[in-house]
Amino acid sequence: MRSAENRPMLFELDGVTLSRGSRTILERVSVQLPDGAVCIAGPSGCGKSSLLRLLNRLADPDVGVVRYRGADVRDRDPLELRREVALVPQLPALLDGSVEDNIRFAAGLNGAGDDGSPLETARLLELAGLDASYADRDARRLSVGEQQRAMLARALAVEPGVLLLDEPTSALDEAARDAIEWTLRDLRRRLGISLVLVTHDPDQARRMADWVIRLERGAAIAQGAVRTGRGA
Amino acid sequence: MTSSIEVSLSEVAGSLALVAIAIGVSLWRRTDLEQDIGIAVVRSFIQLTAIGFVIQAIFDEDSLALVALLIAVMIVFGALTARGRARKVPGAFWPLLIALALAGVATLGLVVGLGIFEPEPRYLVPVGGMVIGNAMTAAAVALNRLGDDMHDSAHRIEATLALGATSREAAMPVVRRALRSGTIALIDSTKTTGLIFFPGTMVGMLLAGADPIDAVRLQLILLWVLLGSVAIAALVATSLAYRNFFTPAHQLREPPEP
Repeated sequence: MRSAENRPMLFELDGVTLSRGSRTILERVSVQLPDGAVCIAGPSGCGKSSLLRLLNRLADPDVGVVRYRGADVRDRDPLELRREVALVPQLPALLDGSVEDNIRFAAGLNGAGDDGSPLETARLLELAGLDASYADRDARRLSVGEQQRAMLARALAVEPGVLLLDEPTSALDEAARDAIEWTLRDLRRRLGISLVLVTHDPDQARRMADWVIRLERGAAIAQGAVRTGRGA
Repeated sequence: MTSSIEVSLSEVAGSLALVAIAIGVSLWRRTDLEQDIGIAVVRSFIQLTAIGFVIQAIFDEDSLALVALLIAVMIVFGALTARGRARKVPGAFWPLLIALALAGVATLGLVVGLGIFEPEPRYLVPVGGMVIGNAMTAAAVALNRLGDDMHDSAHRIEATLALGATSREAAMPVVRRALRSGTIALIDSTKTTGLIFFPGTMVGMLLAGADPIDAVRLQLILLWVLLGSVAIAALVATSLAYRNFFTPAHQLREPPEP
């Protein structure tokens, strides 16, 4: 474990408690997420996905503060924050229509009038590891792996500075998983965006991250740098 | 359009023979509906008799204030009834109340303003009753669908919010489907009217001895008026109610289970 003192903090959670009904999901979690590739790892049901959702204000904690680049996220316009810090959920959740319709919709959210032209769609698909022929495909008839990539392309259309990814490979076989991991590393290299990745797989955390946070039963039990990590 | 017939209580009682058949079917096939049929018959008798006296009193007074009061009461009861069908929609009462009120006021205002009906109790009471009743059904169906779909589509809605969409943008596909399901039934029955069923107003006028052409014209007015009021009610109810699923920070109040 290495201290994070001289790294710019992407996110900080300070004494965060989150409950849902009578269930406590996160309890007094204080962690730091530096720029780069961060993995939030832990067994299923430990609160990883809930923590991820706090980072772009899909939910707010009951107690405690979440800071993005030093500022309380509650002081930010949530819509602006989410375009800067886009989240790709675990379940494929594309809209009805073609892959291109989905990408156009997301590009429109960013106020990008010209975005969504065939050329731009092809570039986004290519970044997400799909070829241009996918643009016209019915989004909801793709395989889970293809939908996952289409979700990634859609998220890239809002031109985020940070991508939050919730178990991006959990439904995939080993080959598809390796391909997505390659795509994510490639994205970091080419676009320089930061990644926060939720995973239940400690090996994936080691492969992908240069900073890991371990959660167990709603509590952060460890955080620190991965010395052998391959993250940029 | 003025004609009247006398209906005696013994004639009304005669129609109970058909109720007896309904009860007989229920007993024979053990559908266990006898009690409900009985309650339905008694309630319809009491409610319609009571409203008959109320309407008679309003006609006798010839007071528009009483008409407004009657319609206001119908709007409140309509909203309460429709809320029962929209249990999955948080805080459904106010959207429904506003929807029914707007549908009623806009429709009656337009038919009077366009000179279709005189602003008299004998027109406003029956038209108002039909408008509120149909608006209630449409708004209830729309919100019922909205509640189901918001729940079923929570993952997709949140995935859209997660990219910076407003709650309105994220809910729009669901709201559109709800609006559609609220209005489609009346559109379909308007398409088939005269072929598959004879609407009530026309039947009533024919029974009362009116000229068929007059009966048809009045029925057309009412059908088309109802299309407008149903569209207003479903639009207003869904446009207001979807907001109750979100916080002001564009978050789902009940996020999907992971």
